[in-house]
Amino acid sequence: MRRYVAARLGQAAVLLLGVSVIGFALMHLAPGGPLALYTLNPTVTAQDIERVKHLFGLDQPVYVQYVKWVYGFLSGHWGYSFFGGRSVAPIVLERIPATLELMGSSLLLALAMGVAIGIWAAVRRNTLVDYGTATVAMLALSLPTFWFGLLAIYVFAQVLGWLPAGGIETTGNGSLIDRLTHLLLPMLVLALVLTAQWSRYTRSAMIDILTQDYIRTARAKGLGPVRVLVGHGLRAALVPLVTLAGLQLPLLVGGALVTETVFSWPGMGLLFISALDNRDYPVLMAILMVGALFVVLGNLAADIAVALIDPRIRLSHV
Amino acid sequence: MTTLLDVRDLTVRFGQTRAVDGISFTLDEGETLGLVGESGCGKSTAALALMGLLEAARLDGSASFGGRDLLALDEARMRSIRGAELAMIFQDPATALHPLIRVGDQVAEVLRTHLGSNRREATARALDLFRKVGIAAPEVRLRAYPHEMSGGMCQRVMIAAAIACSPRLLLADEPTTALDVTVQAQILGLLRDLSREFGMAMILITHDLGVVAGMTDRVAVMYAGRIVEAAPTGALFAAPAHPYTVGLLGSVPRLDAGWDDDLATIPGSVQTAADASGCRFAPRCARASNACRTEPALIPTGEGRAVACWHPA
Ligand SMILES: Nc1ncnc2c1ncn2[C@@H]1O[C@H](COP(=O)(O)OP(=O)(O)OP(=O)(O)O)[C@@H](O)[C@H]1O
Ligand SMILES: [Mg+2]
Repeated sequence: MRRYVAARLGQAAVLLLGVSVIGFALMHLAPGGPLALYTLNPTVTAQDIERVKHLFGLDQPVYVQYVKWVYGFLSGHWGYSFFGGRSVAPIVLERIPATLELMGSSLLLALAMGVAIGIWAAVRRNTLVDYGTATVAMLALSLPTFWFGLLAIYVFAQVLGWLPAGGIETTGNGSLIDRLTHLLLPMLVLALVLTAQWSRYTRSAMIDILTQDYIRTARAKGLGPVRVLVGHGLRAALVPLVTLAGLQLPLLVGGALVTETVFSWPGMGLLFISALDNRDYPVLMAILMVGALFVVLGNLAADIAVALIDPRIRLSHV
Repeated sequence: MTTLLDVRDLTVRFGQTRAVDGISFTLDEGETLGLVGESGCGKSTAALALMGLLEAARLDGSASFGGRDLLALDEARMRSIRGAELAMIFQDPATALHPLIRVGDQVAEVLRTHLGSNRREATARALDLFRKVGIAAPEVRLRAYPHEMSGGMCQRVMIAAAIACSPRLLLADEPTTALDVTVQAQILGLLRDLSREFGMAMILITHDLGVVAGMTDRVAVMYAGRIVEAAPTGALFAAPAHPYTVGLLGSVPRLDAGWDDDLATIPGSVQTAADASGCRFAPRCARASNACRTEPALIPTGEGRAVACWHPA
């Protein structure tokens, strides 16, 4: 187990290195740059631009910039934002709680609802319940998240006026109720797609499991329906479901990015979009690395969880 | 001897197909019955019908078990009987146990469900049961997972779970088919000993007549959803009456060769065709005559025997 985790962490390091190379390259290959805006400004001279470029180190070859960035990143110096000049680490890290709040609550909600709906559809397969949930899930999966976000804002914030249209709290009112009302819409929107996926996946896993001999044994023992479905059925489904949770992390991160933008949720996603607009390279790279680290560690956690659930899986080799 | 189980005209339909077609038999307290017949003749279906474990099937007839009709009870009443008074073990012990739950817990859960035992009591009792069914190092085995045990050991665990609440009747559906020959003998011996010790009645389902010899008091032979012959075990072996039983016993060489090929190809159609034209075994029977176009009933022939054939041996 320990060796397995060590080996996986080694793999993760290589992966993160790859992500950083590609991210860095794409960022610099993209047309324009942090200073593109100023070239249109008649009061900014060419000398000014050269001076700023030199200040940011942008006049050096890309590979030199990259090596410097890697060295700095590893030694804890994540650089300074091109805009405002603040140190990058606190800019990015202070956004993590908001993003975790949104992703965590959505994930939990989606898990609970998706698994419940999936079991329900599996037990009532080929009935109205099954077809109905399948249709809703397909709808949720085929329409983009931002569309649901805008629809939700239009209906619940604009027309009905029940909930705020965005932000994490009303300025000057940080009460729990206020925060929860702000969380509700983005959480539901982000949870929608995840719930749809979970319900479909749980359904197919459970349909397969419910035909297994050990389910018949559980029923032959006189166990109640909840015990059979959850204690024996869902327990067996945990292995594929936890694996899915790991694989779903990129989707969650991507969905959070869109949702934060639509709802002006002050998390890393919103920061990423504005940094992208500004070509704020140090901030972009930091967010990219934090996001990638989150996905990689999440996957590792999922694999370890699967091994803990299923005694037949041994984590001795990679 | 009092009658424990009285099955009358049990019929199971899956859509149009009749997997079990009007079988009747009785079983006394503590008695052991062998239910024998080739693959697909409806043995498992009959047993699962008694357990109330068939979904999407239409059941007819009655099955009086200790005064209650198993086919008429609601699910909640049935659940309190299942695993407690009426238990079942299955063909493949490796898949019949939950792969992610410790075997000790799988036994203890029966006790907790039916006897309301707490975790500690249930585990202690499970340990006793493991000893009773001959599992070596039971303390260690309680915490094992099915994949860490052999097929024979897994079947012993299944038996331990089945006898946990001292059922009055155990349905054993091909309990040794998936096991090695030597292990088969051990498991059969264990079942026989347990049924004697606890006065537990048993229906031993098998396609192998060899298995019922020395194990059962009586045998019922099934063919295509019907019981074609029933007799005390010794009498059946000494003098089989139905041509199909004769074939099963292997005393007619002619039936050996094309036997399996025939079975593999006919199953679905054999029943509907036979429905129209009488005895279902007639197409494969050397003794078939015009009379066999009428379906023969299971007629008692004395000495506890009965046969459904116009030309019994
Ligand atoms: N759920 C079901 N739906 C439709 N048909 C079924 C179902 N279960 C069983 N059957 C059919 O019922 C017939 C009897 O099956 P059953 O499993 O009872 O046979 P069996 O005597 O136990 O055979 P085996 O020795 O292979 O276990 C078979 O033709 C089978 O195809
Ligand atoms: Mg069977």
